[in-house]
Amino acid sequence: MTTTAAVSPTHGGIANAVGDTLTLIGRSIRLTRRNTDTLVMSIVLPLLMMGLFVYVFGGAIDTGTAYINYVVPGIVLLCTGYGASSTAMSVANDMTSGMIDRLRSLPIRSSAVLTGHVTASVARNALATTIVILAAIAMGFRPTATHTEWALAAGLLLLYVLALSWLAAGLGVIARSVESASVLSFFMLFVPYLSSAFVPTDTMPSFLRGISEHQPITPVIETVRGLLTGTPIGDRGWVALGWAVGILLVAFAGSTWLYRHRTRG
Amino acid sequence: MIVEASGLRKAFGSTVVLDDVDLKVEEGSVLALLGPNGAGKTTIVRILTTLSRPDRGRATIAGHDVVRESTTVRGMISLTGQYSAVDDEQTGRENLVMVGRLMHLGRRGARRRAMELLERFDLVEAKDRRVKGYSGGMRRRLDLAMSLVAAPRVIFLDEPTTGLDPASRTTMWAAITELVRAGTTVVLTTQYLEEADRLADRIVLLDRGRVAASGTADDLKAQVGGERLDLEFADPGELARAVDLLGGRGSVSGPERLVLGVASDGSADHLHRVLDDLRSAGVGVARVTSHRPTLDDVFLTLTAASRVLAPAAVPA
Ligand SMILES: Nc1ncnc2c1ncn2[C@@H]1O[C@H](COP(=O)(O)OP(=O)(O)OP(=O)(O)O)[C@@H](O)[C@H]1O
Ligand SMILES: [Mg+2]
Repeated sequence: MTTTAAVSPTHGGIANAVGDTLTLIGRSIRLTRRNTDTLVMSIVLPLLMMGLFVYVFGGAIDTGTAYINYVVPGIVLLCTGYGASSTAMSVANDMTSGMIDRLRSLPIRSSAVLTGHVTASVARNALATTIVILAAIAMGFRPTATHTEWALAAGLLLLYVLALSWLAAGLGVIARSVESASVLSFFMLFVPYLSSAFVPTDTMPSFLRGISEHQPITPVIETVRGLLTGTPIGDRGWVALGWAVGILLVAFAGSTWLYRHRTRG
Repeated sequence: MIVEASGLRKAFGSTVVLDDVDLKVEEGSVLALLGPNGAGKTTIVRILTTLSRPDRGRATIAGHDVVRESTTVRGMISLTGQYSAVDDEQTGRENLVMVGRLMHLGRRGARRRAMELLERFDLVEAKDRRVKGYSGGMRRRLDLAMSLVAAPRVIFLDEPTTGLDPASRTTMWAAITELVRAGTTVVLTTQYLEEADRLADRIVLLDRGRVAASGTADDLKAQVGGERLDLEFADPGELARAVDLLGGRGSVSGPERLVLGVASDGSADHLHRVLDDLRSAGVGVARVTSHRPTLDDVFLTLTAASRVLAPAAVPA
């Protein structure tokens, strides 16, 4: 070699750990931005669903208010499920390609790769959610929230998206292929339908109602709905917060552990 | 010794993939791990590059244990794996800069290094194109370039030229030779004997997880005898009968060439005896050539590959 690296680098330490994570966040965001199909779908799909529910089914569903005011939080949550499942696929893509060996043979912390994917996922979701809410307002959504309520709703959604993204990252690590990652994460797309997202739970048969009232999405939806449109929240805000924090902790610990062990061989 | 491994053992479930493997690599030299498919080459490379843990035994790079001091080891080595490790959706330059940042060269250091490597590997024109549009040879060159970002002390190349056309292979060989000239230690795996013969100072021949032989190419060639006779036959039936007759003394050197290689001392006497044996059994020989043993002969004689090529041909 005629030239060598100019500096003799040091590895480890907090500053490097932060730098590495930022580099890998940059990587994941770049990959997301260039994966146009997924990006477009993650915005177009919720918009289509919203149109479908508001204009097609909405007329037949009685929620006691204009249906669009009822359904927007549900669409937002559907959107996070979709975003999370594509995160599972991009993690699985890394895990099944030679790239993971390259990344793992570098002197960086093992959690940095997943943190990159999760951060990109949260950013993509935030963008999709913003577009969906703006479109909803254009379609007649009339939120009554104050600035504080908007901030609380945004905070809860971000926390929930973060939790779901770590869960998706964990599924991506487990999956043996990109296809099975999409199958494993299918339930994230499905769960919102079994909640108060689209119809009030008291219209469901009793066993479904039991499921839908005790799964994590219903309290999150009811809280966001309450914050944005003034419906009663009760103690569901705390339940939602508890679920989000709980899923986040378990999914973070589980995913990083799995990542370390799965790739050890 | 910059790389040292002793007693490495690795099993997946009940399949023993490595059994008591010892290795030593001198700083600045090239070691080739040579072996047929499934011999355990990749498994050794994964252990030495901290990606996999041995069940037993230990390995060190420059005295640092690959399991307990993995971060230190990762700072000194690099790996070009068997399967390409590049991001398709990033450009060549972005891939290189990313690795530079992760090797802690700093923003400017990483950019400067990326440009140097793009020039050296003839990728300047393609630098801002996404890798998914690269040809196989370009990908492999980028892959190697990504391994050189931080000027590693030991570089591991797992089948660096598999699937490359002859021109790309020559380029890759030149790049490896240049690395060695600059003092880098290289551990490479290959299924090509020519490649090991040409690049490696020492060769470790692996067969089903064990070291079947090791030494310089000449050492190995000496192990299979001083001379080789190649007996060529007109049809497979004659070949099969010759194999039966000459028994363990022979090996089949390829399914499509009807050639039987036989170890010899090079004397006219031995040649006579072999031909007489065949003639009295009614087996006709089309041609006879005599040559110094090649790595091919070593490979086929000392590994299971000969049994794969001709299951009934070489009795144990
Ligand atoms: N993760 C794993 N689980 C189970 N078996 C494995 C695993 N990795 C490797 N093996 C087995 O170990 C053996 C050695 O594999 P290895 O990849 O080291 O061989 P190799 O010499 O690199 O072969 P090739 O030339 O085909 O690359 C093979 O039989 C393979 O099937
Ligand atoms: Mg291999």
